[in-house]
Amino acid sequence: MIDKRVAGFREAIAGIETGHTVMVGGFGDAGVPVGLVAAVLERGPRDLTVIANNAGFHTGDISDWLSAGLVRKVICSYPRTSPTFVALYRQGKVALELVPQGTLVERMRCAGAGLGGFFSPVSAGTPLGAGKEVRTIDGRDFVLEMPLTADFALIRARQADPMGNLTYNKTARNFAPVMATAARMVVAEAIEIVAVGGIDPEAVITPGLLVDRIVQQGPRA
Amino acid sequence: MTPHSRDDIARRVARALPHGAVVNLGIGLPGLVSRYVEPAQDIVLHSENGIINFAALPDGGAADHDSIDASKRPVTVLPGGSYLDVALSFSLMRGGHLDVAVLGAFEVSARGDLANWWTGKPDDVPGVGGAMDLACGAKSIWVMMEHTTRDGLPKLVDHCSYPLTAPAVVDRIFTDLAVLDVTPEGLCVRECVPGLEPAELQARTATRLIFCDDHRIDAPRER
Repeated sequence: MIDKRVAGFREAIAGIETGHTVMVGGFGDAGVPVGLVAAVLERGPRDLTVIANNAGFHTGDISDWLSAGLVRKVICSYPRTSPTFVALYRQGKVALELVPQGTLVERMRCAGAGLGGFFSPVSAGTPLGAGKEVRTIDGRDFVLEMPLTADFALIRARQADPMGNLTYNKTARNFAPVMATAARMVVAEAIEIVAVGGIDPEAVITPGLLVDRIVQQGPRA
Repeated sequence: MTPHSRDDIARRVARALPHGAVVNLGIGLPGLVSRYVEPAQDIVLHSENGIINFAALPDGGAADHDSIDASKRPVTVLPGGSYLDVALSFSLMRGGHLDVAVLGAFEVSARGDLANWWTGKPDDVPGVGGAMDLACGAKSIWVMMEHTTRDGLPKLVDHCSYPLTAPAVVDRIFTDLAVLDVTPEGLCVRECVPGLEPAELQARTATRLIFCDDHRIDAPRER
């Protein structure tokens, strides 16, 4: 029987190296894989490119990676929530690629779906669309957006089974199902691990074949 | 003349929402609108982080970190609601499946250009979130804002000075002084607060206003 469970957070993030690109799930506090984030901090790879909706909020999330100097670049839609990011950005110590939220997730979806890019009306005629290829379709301007992939995706699930099938908890779902399609190595921290067959196939949101490692979440801090 | 309070503007916007509309309320001032929507309006709220048909958590309710709206406020899903991932949530926006998005703004131009995401100042770290996606996709874009800045500078202008969120998207503007429609001829005043002369409103606006023959004083306009 396929069993993707690993012993702990350290094993779950083994292989994250300096220079890697890492997707991290979450919107606000909802869905941040706090155990995996802490394990990466302890491991200490450097020059990371981080893809997430925000650049963290406070301690216990990817703000900690920024504080520790692990991050070279952030690709996100809304970094202002992180005082740590704001300070480093103003000092020129971290790079930012700002992407509208819907474009950010669609670029990941594109990578996960094997597509070479897509044309979006979002950001056409604005500074974020400047320099991008423009195509006029039915009289409306669209800009070319490219796929976005990563070495690792770190996500949080509600339930996981050993085969990697996942469900999510309320708005903690956010980016996770799409990140799970777009990264080479997908690691899920689950609130609860159930036996194979313990999740109704109709309720599975992320099929297990997309997930490489499962780890049980500790008690919430 | 007394300008509308923020709650007055929110009440006015809530009253204007069509029955059964699927609505996204932007971060900041628009969030107030949910307080004034009547149950009989059957409004369905959508939030970009992946929740449809929800309500703010009643005071005293236990906050759940995993149940929030785009403003990170605790919310609870209502019967008939659902959760969705962000890709589907933004497909709903871009795909024209939302009826109305109510957004805050720094500036709106006479042709409906919207500037609401970044001042462009060097020390202002940019953050866009879902602002551009919302502005591009909802069937109607309504702006809710003060008519002028804190320093009294007009926010309704010929051309936006701030970086654009999206060009030519705004349909209607609700301010503390007036309700205006964006028309091919420019901004058309539909309502203004009692006691405010057209010349006074024009003086607080940096684009030429059109005063429609049928503009009414603080009366609901159904359409």
